[in-house]
Amino acid sequence: MKRKNPGETTVEQALMELHGELISLEAEFTLEDLCRSCMLQSDHIVALVQEGVLEVHGEDTTQWRFRISSFRRVRTAMSLQRDLGVNLAGAALALELLDRIAELERRISS
Amino acid sequence: MELKDYYKIMGVERTATQDEIKRAYRKLARKYHPDVSSEKNAEAHFKEVGEAYEVLKDPEKRMAYDELGSQWKSGQDFRPPPGWDAGFEFSEGGRGRGRGDDFDFSDFFESRYARQHGGTRRGSGGDSHGSAHAGMNLQGQDHHARVMVELEDSYTGATRQISLRIPELTPDGHVLARERTLKVRIPKGIREGQQIRLAGQGGMGLGDAGAGDLYLEVAFKPHPRYRVEGGDVYLGLPVAPWEAALGANVQVKAPSGTIDLKVPAQSQAEKKLRLKGRGLPGNAPGDLYVVLKIVIPPADTEKARDAYRQMQQQFEFNPRTALGEKA
Repeated sequence: MKRKNPGETTVEQALMELHGELISLEAEFTLEDLCRSCMLQSDHIVALVQEGVLEVHGEDTTQWRFRISSFRRVRTAMSLQRDLGVNLAGAALALELLDRIAELERRISS
Repeated sequence: MELKDYYKIMGVERTATQDEIKRAYRKLARKYHPDVSSEKNAEAHFKEVGEAYEVLKDPEKRMAYDELGSQWKSGQDFRPPPGWDAGFEFSEGGRGRGRGDDFDFSDFFESRYARQHGGTRRGSGGDSHGSAHAGMNLQGQDHHARVMVELEDSYTGATRQISLRIPELTPDGHVLARERTLKVRIPKGIREGQQIRLAGQGGMGLGDAGAGDLYLEVAFKPHPRYRVEGGDVYLGLPVAPWEAALGANVQVKAPSGTIDLKVPAQSQAEKKLRLKGRGLPGNAPGDLYVVLKIVIPPADTEKARDAYRQMQQQFEFNPRTALGEKA
């Protein structure tokens, strides 16, 4: 079996400077992008949108556009369900409370 | 390799029931879950707890562990006998538990691969996993990580060395956490929440498919002097009461260098002075806001107290008129 492992780090590679592509906060991603990157089937993402976990622009699923911040929300929602045994609604509640904590912490520091 | 005391990690007795172990796990998982926790080293704790639970939740693995433990002396190097963890990573894990009911990273990892491929490989024996991929082309998984950078890095651009722990599927079908160190260019003008995509630096692909990408989400380390909001930077500037009242020219150390700032006369506390374009650089550069903090000199000498008494006599001033008191 052939395998690619470009992530294999040797000393030389570790010292090589990597220049990435900067993704702006306004960049838009499709449902397909999100599914592929998070390795989830679309029904998982649709459920997250219906639960109000993800903000989306566009009418139907083919026109849905997501922001880059959705990627982390998806992963957090999935890992909360997996690791803590909460259901989707529970994960959504936790995410909302985490948002509020972040907002309050931001206000305290200002 | 050191044998960890899984019971101690879980905070339970060696005689604990499976239910007690599950309860302890749930409690610790909520406490240390990296997405929820504000504890120090939450992620390391969480992994340790997950590892302990992985073994203790399963009566067979727990028994194997208990037997090993009895032969092991504290501080001694531990080498597990060959085969004790055979099938450990991808064991069926059945016993009627539903998904989401248990922390099982390997199951999750595996099922994600399986889902992507449109089928399920759960239940196939540990040894056959490697060959299950034969002839399959599957793009590698995208990896995501958060990196903390200094605010100053956004002003100048910088090269930062970052360390990541990345779970990887080994050729024989095990999941291992691999430490990676990368040297990454942090572009000038980067904002919090923006991401850097490093193409091909994610999980390895199978067959002829390429590797996934690595996304680095950028956050700024807390700074003692500056606060960032989008592209704007806020800086609290302490001034004396007479500087605020009479106006002053002060030198301010800003992220882009020292600035000569004119404090206008009649400034009140919390007055914001905007320095256009001195925030984070970029196509639409942010602004720098200098927020005046009036600091009252201590009245700790007779001379100082006299000065305050003199002010008291000179001013017809009630600071509480806004509360409805008479001027």
